[in-house]
Amino acid sequence: MAVIPKFVGERIKRREDPRLITGTGMYVDDVRLPGMLSAVVLRSPHAHAKINSIDLSKARALKGVVCVLSGDDLRDKVGPVPCVAPADHVPYHPVLAQGKVRFVGEGVAVAVASSPYIAQDALDLIDVDYDPLDAVVDPEKALEPGAPVLHEEFGNNSVTFASVPNPAVDEAMRKADKIIKARLVNQRLAPIPMEPRGAVARWDGGYKQLTVWSSTQIPHLLRSQLAEMLKVGENRIRVIAPEVGGGFGCKLNVYAEEALVAHLSMTLGKPVKWIERRRENFAGTTHGRDQITYLEVAALKDGTVTAVKAHFVCDMGAYLQLLTPAIPGFSGLMMTGCYKIPALSFDQQMVFTNKMSTDAYRGAGRPEACYIAERVMDMVAAEFGLDPADVRRKNFIPKEAFPAPTAGGLVYDSGDYELSLNKALEIVGYQKVRAEQEAARKQGRYIGIGIASYVEICGIGPSALLPPKLKGGGWESATIRMEPDCKVTVLTGVSPHGQGQETTFAQIVADELGIDIDDVNVVHGDTAVVQYGIGTFGSRGTTVGGPALMMSVGKLQEKMKKIASTMMEVPPDQLIFTNRTVALASDPSKSIPLQQVVDAAYGYKQPIPGVEPGLDATSFYEPQNCTFPFGTHVAVVEVDPETGVVKFLRYVAVDDCGRILSPLLVEGQVHGGIAQGIAQALYEEVVYDESGQLLTATLMDYAVPKAHMLPRYELSATVTPSPVNVLGVKGVGEAGTIGSTPCVVSAVMDALKPFGIRHIDMPLKPEKVWRAIRDAQQKG
Amino acid sequence: MRLSLTINGERREDDIDPRTLLVHYLRDIAGLTGTHVGCETSLCGACTVHLNGHAVKSCTVLAVQAEGAEITTIEGLARGGQLHPLQEGFWEEHGLQCGYCTPGMIMAAADLLARNRNPTETQIREALEGNLCRCTGYQHIINAIQSAAAKMRTQKAA
Ligand code: FES
Ligand code: FES
Repeated sequence: MAVIPKFVGERIKRREDPRLITGTGMYVDDVRLPGMLSAVVLRSPHAHAKINSIDLSKARALKGVVCVLSGDDLRDKVGPVPCVAPADHVPYHPVLAQGKVRFVGEGVAVAVASSPYIAQDALDLIDVDYDPLDAVVDPEKALEPGAPVLHEEFGNNSVTFASVPNPAVDEAMRKADKIIKARLVNQRLAPIPMEPRGAVARWDGGYKQLTVWSSTQIPHLLRSQLAEMLKVGENRIRVIAPEVGGGFGCKLNVYAEEALVAHLSMTLGKPVKWIERRRENFAGTTHGRDQITYLEVAALKDGTVTAVKAHFVCDMGAYLQLLTPAIPGFSGLMMTGCYKIPALSFDQQMVFTNKMSTDAYRGAGRPEACYIAERVMDMVAAEFGLDPADVRRKNFIPKEAFPAPTAGGLVYDSGDYELSLNKALEIVGYQKVRAEQEAARKQGRYIGIGIASYVEICGIGPSALLPPKLKGGGWESATIRMEPDCKVTVLTGVSPHGQGQETTFAQIVADELGIDIDDVNVVHGDTAVVQYGIGTFGSRGTTVGGPALMMSVGKLQEKMKKIASTMMEVPPDQLIFTNRTVALASDPSKSIPLQQVVDAAYGYKQPIPGVEPGLDATSFYEPQNCTFPFGTHVAVVEVDPETGVVKFLRYVAVDDCGRILSPLLVEGQVHGGIAQGIAQALYEEVVYDESGQLLTATLMDYAVPKAHMLPRYELSATVTPSPVNVLGVKGVGEAGTIGSTPCVVSAVMDALKPFGIRHIDMPLKPEKVWRAIRDAQQKG
Repeated sequence: MRLSLTINGERREDDIDPRTLLVHYLRDIAGLTGTHVGCETSLCGACTVHLNGHAVKSCTVLAVQAEGAEITTIEGLARGGQLHPLQEGFWEEHGLQCGYCTPGMIMAAADLLARNRNPTETQIREALEGNLCRCTGYQHIINAIQSAAAKMRTQKAA
């Protein structure tokens, strides 16, 4: 019999791909049900307006239209869109606007018809009488007295003011050789998964069963929230996350439309589908970032940073979505980055504006933090004329210090920051590139070398770190079932949508049970099939879902060993699983086929004392700490002073995500992350004009990078296992996004150093860079 | 109105609303949901199919414009149970994550390889101008296309 190989650590082709490369995967828009109706949402063209009246009569009269509703029709029928994160002011957030609209794209009415074309026609027949009001889009202006107030009941536009003071900061400021001040902006971004959102609902009146297919990252949490919004028991709701075409945080949410289609299906008795169009996606799906940071940095001449003090203004948008006010906290806590900066204080003013809500977007608070930390290092280097790599080395938390408590009150699990920096510099050939840069400058060419060392926070736990109102915590669940034919089913509470846990988890199980990877089927995303789980976000899929699976694997192994031990008459602790057998560890030739053990468990013709029939195990894993992946990215760019265009010469990334289970998939995650981080540095920005009109509402105006706008990435890794979980993994879903943004900005600023330019706010579009050069030349 | 055309080698006739977009016809009437919609404005490429052998964005073509045409969609790319080299390439090189852009990417790449059997990385990046991927950062897609191109050249030579 052929020996079954080991799978963990190998470059395994993904198990989810065959259906996806043949067009046979099923995304939410592919769900087709008999009698299904289409819903289309009418959206506000105004950023801020009073609704005087809505005339639905003409739309209702159109042939093929089944129903048309406005916000007033839904009062007391569908509960508000939830926010579970704490804030001083949590406004009532109706599923369709009531009395007032507060951002362009807010849902005002919904039309349901036999086809989306007819529903769209119906929208054109709806007459809304608006009284436009002054809008406020700049979060700093929104705080000024006299600014238009979004939610009158609060009297102003403050969501929350949070402050983390520290007297040691003032002390350090007094002793500093230099206090460096800066204002940094993390601009507003749109996540833009290639599949927009969508939901289908089917109410089965006979069985009192509601099924909702939604393009979501959190099927169970969505079920809990829908139960509240619709007043239906959770045991009557089944949420299915089918194939999901990317999420990046924006599908870590509960949206009005998900409740709307459910309500419509329950009242109409027919399945109802709503599919978001791209324009709606730009306007009505959560955005990310949008923070302004005022910084004061206490530094010594040798490059040591002794304190950081920050004031944040964070734009929350018009309403609070699921976790909106929870995101900026991570930016504050992680602001000291990889560095042993002893004193940190910050405060955060969160603000309502007439824009779409912000919420998690790949990195969720940590890219902002890392951007700040890395700009600080570069500014200190520039201030004292030091090498930016040396300044980082000087301030790194040394590897002996782990587990390392930070000024933000976290405890970093493990790390070796200098190792990754050195490796990245070695790959790029730092000294040589510096020499080339020098030579190029003499020829009037502007090459820049950017460095960013990052640390981020993944797999957030223990559960107490999550908002108290969130149903569910930082834990994750897994069931493993050895089926009677010796094939394994895994039910995971995470909800992958591109990350590839169908592959990674199958690798783990195959190795642990000594079976083939083809014998494992990983199931996720269906609340009627899978035990309660939390979902996929914050790089937690493998980091938290993996250890949960390991717990269940352990329980199953223990049971199978007990059974085998009675059959083989050896103590259970001397048994191992290999090559589809249970074998004696000291002599694997002494074995029995796994199938025999499985037969004994299911057939149970001979009762086994102390062992129940059947073979499955469920576990809920509660992490004791977060994990902290880290790494260093180095970019070499050339800036054309005539056009301001930034061209990549090299991009090197050394990431440490702990133990690597699926190298190919890890590379894929890093690549995609880098691409999104570069996009923030150079290309992307959600722009509203002063009246609150969204100027970037198409893929023409919002620059999601194309293939030719991105470099080839040179990847390498260091491996520092996490002590937090049995797998030693740290998570890799967001790392690339976090390291790449400051890295690229650092490179461009380095290139512009001869012009005396120290900082330009992102995105570093050619026009901005060109202007900065021109201004500097005129001044100088 | 009546529409007759050939999809993936099969002739079919349907009654359609004249304003139906080709992508909606393919998905909703012909039941071929492998072709995706990412923007409906010809900017993302998720809806790319072949019309008479050339890649088109089926969200910007009316179904009636395909009267009498031969259409190939992602579902028609594998022949006799054998994956197309591009499908193999995407699988082997991890050219996809969420898979949403993938059918369009593969169809666009097939069009490129029909014109250029041995494209450079730069040529591939430029040829993918109209196809967005938010997950992969493109590098594995490029590797996939190059690996498929190499395979197709040796297949031809054999
Ligand atoms: S859907 Fe056709 S190009 Fe985007
Ligand atoms: S694989 Fe997700 S968009 Fe390309």
